[in-house]
Amino acid sequence: MSAAIESATDSESPLLTVRGLTTAFPAGGGELRVVDGVDLELRRGETFALVGESGCGKSMTAFSILRLLPAGARLDGEVRLDGADLLALPEAAMRRVRGRRIAMIFQEPMTSLNPVLTVGRQIQEVLERHLGLRGRVARERILELLAEVGIPDPGKRIDEYPHQLSGGMKQRVMIAMALAGEPELLIADEPTTALDVTIQAQVLRLLQRLQRERGMALLLITHDLGVVAQMADRVAVMYAGQVVEEARREDFLRHRRHPYTRRLFQALPEARRRGQPLATIPGSVPSRFDRIPGCRFAERCDIAQPLCRERAPELLPVAGQRVRCFAVDPRFAARFPSPPALDVATEAVPGSRQQAATPLLEVSGLKVHFPIRRGLLKREVGRVYAVDGVDMAIAAGRTLALVGESGCGKTTVGKAILQLIRPTAGSVRFDDTELTTLKGEALRRRRRELQLVFQDPFSSMNPRMRVEEIVAEGLIAQKMVRDRRERRERVAELLRQVGLRPEVMDRYPHEFSGGQRQRICIARALAVSPRLIVCDEPTSALDVSVQAQILNLLAELQREMGLAYLFITHNLSVVGYLAHEVAVMYLGRVVEQGPAEAVLADPRHPYTQALVSAVPRVEEGGREVIRLEGDPPSPIAPPPGCHFAPRCPWAEARCQEAYPPVTALGEGRWVRCFLYGD
Amino acid sequence: MFAYLVRRVLYAFPILLGVNLITFTLFFVVNTPDDMARMHLGMKHVTPEAVAQWKAERGYDKPLLFNAEAEGLAKFSDTIFYQNSLRLFLFDFGRSDAGRDIGYDISQRMWPSLAIAIPVFLVGLLTNITFALAMAFFRASALDLWGVVLCVVLMSISPLFYIIAGQYVAGKLLHLVPISGYDTGVAAWKFLILPVIIGIISGIGSGARWYRTLFLEEMGKDYVRTARAKGLPETVVMFRHVLQNALIPILTGAVVVIPLLFMGSLIMESFFGIPGLGSYTIDAINAQDFAIVRAMVFLGSVLYIVGLVLTDLSYTLVDPRVRLE
Amino acid sequence: MDRVDFVTLALLLGLPPTLFALLAVGLDAKPVILWTDALLYLLVAAVTGFVLYARRRQDLRDTWRAVLRRPLGMAALVVLSAYGALGLVDSVHFRLPVSQGEGGEVHYAGESLSLFDLMATPLREGVEKTYSAPLAITAFVKETVERADGTRVREYPRLRYGGAHLDDPSRHRADVAARALWGAAQGALVAVAAFLLLAFLLARRHGWSWAEAAGRVLRGETTLPWWSALATLTVLLVLAGAVVQLAGGYHVFGTDKVGNDVLYQALKSVRTGLIIGTLTTLVMLPFALVLGVMAGYFRGWVDDVIQYLYTTLSSIPGVLLIAAAVLMLQVYMANHPELFETEAERADLRLFFLCVILGITSWTGLCRMLRGETLKLREMDYVTAARALGRRPGAILARHLTPNVLHIVLISVVLDFSGLVLAEAVLSYVGVGVDPSMHSWGNMINSARLEMAREPMVWWSLAAAFSFMFVLVLAANLFADAVRDAFDPRHARN
Repeated sequence: MSAAIESATDSESPLLTVRGLTTAFPAGGGELRVVDGVDLELRRGETFALVGESGCGKSMTAFSILRLLPAGARLDGEVRLDGADLLALPEAAMRRVRGRRIAMIFQEPMTSLNPVLTVGRQIQEVLERHLGLRGRVARERILELLAEVGIPDPGKRIDEYPHQLSGGMKQRVMIAMALAGEPELLIADEPTTALDVTIQAQVLRLLQRLQRERGMALLLITHDLGVVAQMADRVAVMYAGQVVEEARREDFLRHRRHPYTRRLFQALPEARRRGQPLATIPGSVPSRFDRIPGCRFAERCDIAQPLCRERAPELLPVAGQRVRCFAVDPRFAARFPSPPALDVATEAVPGSRQQAATPLLEVSGLKVHFPIRRGLLKREVGRVYAVDGVDMAIAAGRTLALVGESGCGKTTVGKAILQLIRPTAGSVRFDDTELTTLKGEALRRRRRELQLVFQDPFSSMNPRMRVEEIVAEGLIAQKMVRDRRERRERVAELLRQVGLRPEVMDRYPHEFSGGQRQRICIARALAVSPRLIVCDEPTSALDVSVQAQILNLLAELQREMGLAYLFITHNLSVVGYLAHEVAVMYLGRVVEQGPAEAVLADPRHPYTQALVSAVPRVEEGGREVIRLEGDPPSPIAPPPGCHFAPRCPWAEARCQEAYPPVTALGEGRWVRCFLYGD
Repeated sequence: MFAYLVRRVLYAFPILLGVNLITFTLFFVVNTPDDMARMHLGMKHVTPEAVAQWKAERGYDKPLLFNAEAEGLAKFSDTIFYQNSLRLFLFDFGRSDAGRDIGYDISQRMWPSLAIAIPVFLVGLLTNITFALAMAFFRASALDLWGVVLCVVLMSISPLFYIIAGQYVAGKLLHLVPISGYDTGVAAWKFLILPVIIGIISGIGSGARWYRTLFLEEMGKDYVRTARAKGLPETVVMFRHVLQNALIPILTGAVVVIPLLFMGSLIMESFFGIPGLGSYTIDAINAQDFAIVRAMVFLGSVLYIVGLVLTDLSYTLVDPRVRLE
Repeated sequence: MDRVDFVTLALLLGLPPTLFALLAVGLDAKPVILWTDALLYLLVAAVTGFVLYARRRQDLRDTWRAVLRRPLGMAALVVLSAYGALGLVDSVHFRLPVSQGEGGEVHYAGESLSLFDLMATPLREGVEKTYSAPLAITAFVKETVERADGTRVREYPRLRYGGAHLDDPSRHRADVAARALWGAAQGALVAVAAFLLLAFLLARRHGWSWAEAAGRVLRGETTLPWWSALATLTVLLVLAGAVVQLAGGYHVFGTDKVGNDVLYQALKSVRTGLIIGTLTTLVMLPFALVLGVMAGYFRGWVDDVIQYLYTTLSSIPGVLLIAAAVLMLQVYMANHPELFETEAERADLRLFFLCVILGITSWTGLCRMLRGETLKLREMDYVTAARALGRRPGAILARHLTPNVLHIVLISVVLDFSGLVLAEAVLSYVGVGVDPSMHSWGNMINSARLEMAREPMVWWSLAAAFSFMFVLVLAANLFADAVRDAFDPRHARN
């Protein structure tokens, strides 16, 4: 181990050198170069982040380094590990590199483990294959590894199957498996994207610790600039198969020289950008980007010059960074407008403070329990307490963000409000009508006033319907148009409203990108002129730049039409940017609620505090991160007393006895925690 | 687990009752016992007395569902439905229309059926998995391509052709084995070997192709990529990771037919003159002996339900994710 | 709908009645519409309607083009079309007038003929005494023949029809070769004509010259693999040409025990096979689709009832249920002879009921699959969105669920087809298949099987039945493969 640390200081010879790496797949008669001439250099013991939006080729670069590509792919260039060219190795020799010198962990811990082999067996494979460890010795080592990655009770877990572990635990097992071969380089492909914020914080900290202890190099692939800021020593940004900017982290965060990088940062929703539109990058990544003669970003770039479309820029060294842009090239810099002042935070426009007199939606004591039936007569033997007593109110034209981690019941709250799932108890009053007792035709007619936008832009539209049919669905169901002509006119109008050309109405969903699909879904919801829209994680499947477009659109629609939003999300930056109020949910109950700015700036409930501090941020400066241990408990058997008590750093004896009552904190804030009682 | 089994057995009752109702409707309502008697006695020149006697001998002279003349429970039990359909629940198959004891016949004839069906099942499963694994291992190569083509060709050939061609080549041309017949004990092997081989060959086409799809589907999964990233050789990836996962649908899919192996194969047994349950059924169909057909329908349904339960149980054995509750 | 589409639809729907009208006028014949005929027309109309609908839906059009883009899929489609055309020609039935009674009253023959029968009259009527080998001019068995001089010899007598035009038996081989070649040449000529027509059409559509279009087709440079279709068509036409020429003078596949032409039987069996393969589907589809989707969407007691229904039905071994039902049908028909006007009608009704019974026993698998898929689909966001917009359950079933399970229906229909064609032969062997008087491959195999023991073996009936069946089933399987690859996202990458 000490040898590894020593060599880490030896920055003379890089551990991994990638030169002109090109990965191509056969596509439509020719080839598509998904990775196109990538150069990288990783030193021992450093964390190198490869950042980019989906489809930029960052994961493919990683797979190419390990030569784990699907059949038919063509690989070119050089990948040198300690000087030896991996691309020239015979397959058998390459197998001795995989898992031994370079290990990899993947984005989806749920599917990346073999479901029918025990955790121990899967780790043992690596020990057997690369270190020749078997039997008792191997088992001892596996237990060590499991303990090292922070799995409690390794003696029990070693013989369990992946499905018996939570997502975070699975990712830890993946990491243990990767560590088993004692690799010099660990490639982590979006290791925390599928995990919740608090779990993400755990896993990132674990990776950081292991990397330091073992002096291992880490190639971290991510789309999250916050993760980069927190983890990386050096960063490379990829766009359309190429590296467009490479820098040390400090320089990267400070200078952002490439227009694409600059825009990416400006597109981040943050509390300080409240009330202003986010910067967006128009359009989307061109589909056959490898055939573009000039700069691949030119057509979306705000400072592009004719030159950019004619010639392809090289990766140029600029003050310790490397940037692929003519604007930084002294020969051409004069042709470009002087770079806009660094994205300095402008004064936040305070959100309108006035509370509407009467709330549009009032939810009180909402409970949704799903019975678990078992046994001979299908008796109810238990319940999933998905939502267990939620109160909230939203006024017209306001946004309430409902925040929580997966499984806390926030989506169920949304569906129960819309009566798509009938609540077990409680009341949902909308504009002075009790929705829970409405039935049949009355409910059907009422539905037009409350609408829904979903997370997954791919499952939210019927693939067999044209855009016109999709958008017009509500018009037909609610009999809001008389004939075909009127319908088409109305659909055209709606499409314009969400920023799409009306001509798209004769196309099918699969022809659109994620952001465009989300626009169509918003148009579908708007068609029936709703007053409240439940947005269920509408941007979490989208790239940052596209997310900004959708957030801008939602804000604009709210201003124009006075819509109220129930914004369900796990992303606190979005909350800070967009929401007027926020309610934080934990295991079926709201634990803290109040004005968004106040809650995020000064969270009171220990869970909210942990949540807020766990979000990786771009700003520099150390923050103390409150790390939560363990996983959220199951809603089938919530812990007695305060549900959060088992993970709470401040828990006392009484926390396990009763659920804390509501404590008002003034200014419309309240919290359910004994810390603030009395 | 136990509660699950009990529930499955209880659930089997309404299903078997439904099966009985269907067969009862087919055999006694669509055509009345009078029709059947005339059919059996020859269509012409049938005297009413002969019909009445035929019915009385077989107990078909009772009312269908409800006997108004009887007393107490006998109002229901002294009927055709009770006597001929419900009694099957006690595995009391009664006598065939020709007067034979069906239960005894079944106990005698199931052994030759099993003697063919079990080797065909086991060796066939193994052969199909082997072929499929070979094709999947060498996927997208010439071997795979031609293997798939061969599978499609094999499954496009009528099963009757395999039997007839097999009998002709092995029996008539080469005189390797007798064309048909049966013997008791070990001496039966020379009568069994040809039908077993034919049974296996005629199943390869669809079986191997189906399993190949399952293998390929597993090979596209993320955990396979993980296994490769660990540096495992392709053979280990294939045999330890892919095979174990693909075997789950293969084995559980195969389990459902195990109980039905008792029923034998209709055409195979009849072509090769093997005195199993398959040829028993075919003879009954040709002789229009409805009592036997009814008994076999019931037996088949029971075995099918047993197969379903076994399938669920087998899941718990091979798939750690499944637990029965 | 385009006007062109309307015209096509009208033409196709109007085709059978027009044919009947022409027949009635031209031959004084009395049209007979058998049950299976009517359903077959319905099926053709439904398929045509679907094709026209699919042409307007871009998503469907793209997927179907993906089916045809596979050379094997294209070739299979050509073969299937040939079988289909034969089956359709054999499904236009009528009764010819035999005599004119007093007062202008026309009497019609008891036997109904099809258009195909009419076209194949020489084959149908060229009945020999008993067995004869393919293309033979003498019988297969020796007979005692009385010579002109009064002596009796045992020899292979000349056939009544097979090779009857040959005065000199020694010219037999030469004649066969000549006819085969001439027929093949004719077939090739038609194929060339088809090629030119195709080139012309492609040239017109894409604005190419004839030569360029022809070259592209031959080099395989068209979007759809027309070369594959053309090659298949050429093989079919050359074979058909040769067979037609030979059939004019010989029994190409010999004759059976009672001297009937085997080729004729094999060709007549095409219709039976097609009917079993398609009508069964037509019968089962509505059940499977409606019940499966309903069970998956409504769940609760609806699901319980439907699940009970299909579990019960599928727990009865298929062959036994079919056997039981067919046996009962036989008894019923035997007891009610007054219901049927002609023998053919009776056989036809039995065929129809066989389809119904097969349909009832085979819908359960599809129903279970559809239920499973619907259970998945109902959780899709677009279904939730439709509910949130206030759509009624009926509209959700029709607009969202059904269109998204149709690919499963289609795949299972094409996959089932070949299985059903093969099943017909097995069922006929078991004795619960089509009526023994009906031409079918199963019946051909069944009756020829008894002659296996004969030395030398009478193999031609079996050969004809098996090869005709094999070609159809192979084509259907290949087509099913292409359809599945195009429609099933799970299979796409394999």
